[in-house]
Amino acid sequence: MGRKNILSLLILAGVILALPLGLGNSYYLNVLVFVGIYSLITIGLSLLMGYTGQISLGHAAFFGLGAYTSGVLSTKFGVSPWLALLAGIFVTGGIAFLIAAPALKLKGHYLAMATLAFGYIVFIVFNQASSLTGGPSGFGQIPRFRLGNFLLRSDVHYYYLVWTLVIVVLLVSLNIIHSRVGRALRSIHEGELTANIMGVNTAKYKIQVFVLSAVYASLAGSLYAHFITFLNPTPFGFHFSIVLVAMVAVGGMASVWGAMIGAALLTILPEYLRAFQDYDILIYGSILLLIMMFLPQGLFAGILRLIKKER
Amino acid sequence: MSLGDQLLQYLFTGITIGAIYGMVALGFNIIYSATGIINLAQGEFVMLGGMMMVYLTAIIKLPMVVSFFLSILIVTAIGAAFERAAIHPLKSPSVITLIIITVAASILFKGGAMFAWGKHTVSLSPFSGEEPISVLGATILPQTLWILGIMAATVALLILFFGFTLTGKAMRACAANRTAASLVGINVKTMVLLSFALSAGIGATAGIIITPIALMNYDRGTMLAVKGFSVAVLGGLGSNVGAVVAGFIIGIMESLGAGFISSGYKDAIALVVLLLVLFLKPSGLLGSRERAEFKKF
Amino acid sequence: MDPILQIEKLKKKFGGVVAVDGVDFEVNSHQIKAIIGPNGAGKTTIFNLISRICPPTSGTIRFKQHKINELKPYVIAEKGISRTFQNVQVFENMSVLENVMVGRHCRTRSEIFAAIMNLKRTRAEEKRIHDYSLEMLSFVGLETKKNEAASNLTFQQQKLLEFARALATEPDLLLLDEPAAGLSVPEADEMAQFVYRIREIGITILLVEHNMGLVMEVSDEVIVLDSGQVIAEGTPREVQNNEAVIAVYLGERETENANHTKS
Repeated sequence: MGRKNILSLLILAGVILALPLGLGNSYYLNVLVFVGIYSLITIGLSLLMGYTGQISLGHAAFFGLGAYTSGVLSTKFGVSPWLALLAGIFVTGGIAFLIAAPALKLKGHYLAMATLAFGYIVFIVFNQASSLTGGPSGFGQIPRFRLGNFLLRSDVHYYYLVWTLVIVVLLVSLNIIHSRVGRALRSIHEGELTANIMGVNTAKYKIQVFVLSAVYASLAGSLYAHFITFLNPTPFGFHFSIVLVAMVAVGGMASVWGAMIGAALLTILPEYLRAFQDYDILIYGSILLLIMMFLPQGLFAGILRLIKKER
Repeated sequence: MSLGDQLLQYLFTGITIGAIYGMVALGFNIIYSATGIINLAQGEFVMLGGMMMVYLTAIIKLPMVVSFFLSILIVTAIGAAFERAAIHPLKSPSVITLIIITVAASILFKGGAMFAWGKHTVSLSPFSGEEPISVLGATILPQTLWILGIMAATVALLILFFGFTLTGKAMRACAANRTAASLVGINVKTMVLLSFALSAGIGATAGIIITPIALMNYDRGTMLAVKGFSVAVLGGLGSNVGAVVAGFIIGIMESLGAGFISSGYKDAIALVVLLLVLFLKPSGLLGSRERAEFKKF
Repeated sequence: MDPILQIEKLKKKFGGVVAVDGVDFEVNSHQIKAIIGPNGAGKTTIFNLISRICPPTSGTIRFKQHKINELKPYVIAEKGISRTFQNVQVFENMSVLENVMVGRHCRTRSEIFAAIMNLKRTRAEEKRIHDYSLEMLSFVGLETKKNEAASNLTFQQQKLLEFARALATEPDLLLLDEPAAGLSVPEADEMAQFVYRIREIGITILLVEHNMGLVMEVSDEVIVLDSGQVIAEGTPREVQNNEAVIAVYLGERETENANHTKS
């Protein structure tokens, strides 16, 4: 996968290890846990959107499916959180597979609207299936993760758990990107029909990358459920699907690093925008609009280009 | 009420809401035909229309008729300004870029409405009286007649515009083949601007006439857009007759579903229809398959 | 002589327009066969039917005795048919080498799980893909450009890149859609040399071309198409002297002249 990426991964791992030492404050760690959770989703979305060129406006649903499967199984059926997380991955991956086969025959706006509709339907089910989900008011007391007899209870514990998984997911994703499969994904983005004629089973790879990105989102959802220990439908609606796309777009779609930067920016920024209270939605929309108009490759690629020009 | 009366009542409700969905779908069609863009901020035009009307009548205290036309005019101008500011400057944008830009615009419109008018739900008095008219054991609100009348007028005006004016014909030419249209001297960029203005105006009209029945809130746009898009796709994207017919179909399905199945899942009906149409027959009821195939993005 | 490609009663309608109207022909192994004809005669449509960009309305296409008109495009590539495109279709934002490596896709096997685990055999395969692709690039003389983005190449270089990408799929039959279109005279001559060299590796070639010089020079056999139908078939010499062909081409020249004067 190239020396640059290995070096970046090592630097990232170092920073992750060191950060809690510098930040005694648990509030920042708490924010960083969310950055990690959202990064898991945006890395998958970057594979789907940035590399393969397939849009999804419904990924909050996969995040929610992971969270709810994990939360419901562990809280109401006494399943261990780890097993519940696995179950979440299988349930979400299965649903993603069922939806992917017909949806990915669609292109552009049609695919966007199909995924949007799917996301909305899942959101409505979260609200309506109250016997399982507690409806709009949700349910709490979701158990936290255990490692043997050790209960992960503080933000620091979750910080390390989440970011270890981010590193693993990054490694997995970079391996895919720099493989025969990754090349096939990019060729689909460049010209789907041409790729097909040149011998790439485009339908298969589109489904694979869609399911993989859903699985990442499900993993993030389970971590979220066992971290917050409370679930209601609000965080899994259309709005969050858009936030996810925004994160990927702002950071730079065609790079998993950009996707992480986007997740970090758009998680930390609203924390500061809170001072502006309700104006945050205006600032948010403006940032998204301006970046898409003037830096459609995202901040990451924009900055890289600037650095290259300087040299 | 007997089952028959109930059925009739749901039918009336469905036709009312279906007319609104149909108008939102017309807005989608007009922009899509001229540009190939699905404007995800379409629902926001509807919301802005309703909110603006409430503002002009309740706060500025303008007369109803003046407010009606002024609201449409202002939202039309907003639509045109949006096109000039955010769509016009783009040079060969990708579909993903376009989708995110219209989504960003919808966030901005939503935020702007919240900023200007607050988060609370607003109401508007009906255009003429609130006394329900009873028809065959069911009742119709006078506003329903206004809605159907104004929708019919809108459709008639569109038919006249596209069929008999030079500008309308030029827009149709753009829809059929943009390159050819520009070759015969049609200013395609102006047509794109017009299409945004026109569909903002139609959206605003829909928003104004539905508010007396359904109330309005800064947050209503997205759901209206999704419903309107479902209708546009069911009718066959680009087909205006299809939009009107499909509007009634989905409106009636929704109101029957809410009445007989579950009101909680009411909003899912249009979405399930949308998914089924997209998966089974993306060209819709009245769109031709070839057109859907060739209009690749 | 055994036929590698057999086309029987092939027909394609677009709405009311019949683009290909009951075409029969065969291509024998190791030959270079050309399809010529005026614009709109259905030449490119035949290519698009063979590589299954669109399904035929009726008729059959057999490759190595097996019917292929129901297969997906990527399966057809796996079976051993590759092609180039009239208006080049390179993967613009990928490097020149990566373009060719995509061509290698259908002859290699590592799937997503192997990629994730980054297994030893996966890395070995990746190296083989790299080396083979580089070889194809040297064959067309683009090895020095391997790290350039494909969009930075000249038009002729992009055409050569398409050759390399198609060759990387190890085809038995190569469809060349107007290899000389848009090229200068010396560039077109170079292309002719490439066509010969590709045949020497043992690849059968079917080409569509407007440049008569090139067609008459390289082809073993020529098929002439007009309004979706075969009007003549034979050696270049036979076709050149065929009256129907002369009529069609003179006719075309006249309408072309007429069009020029109009515009």
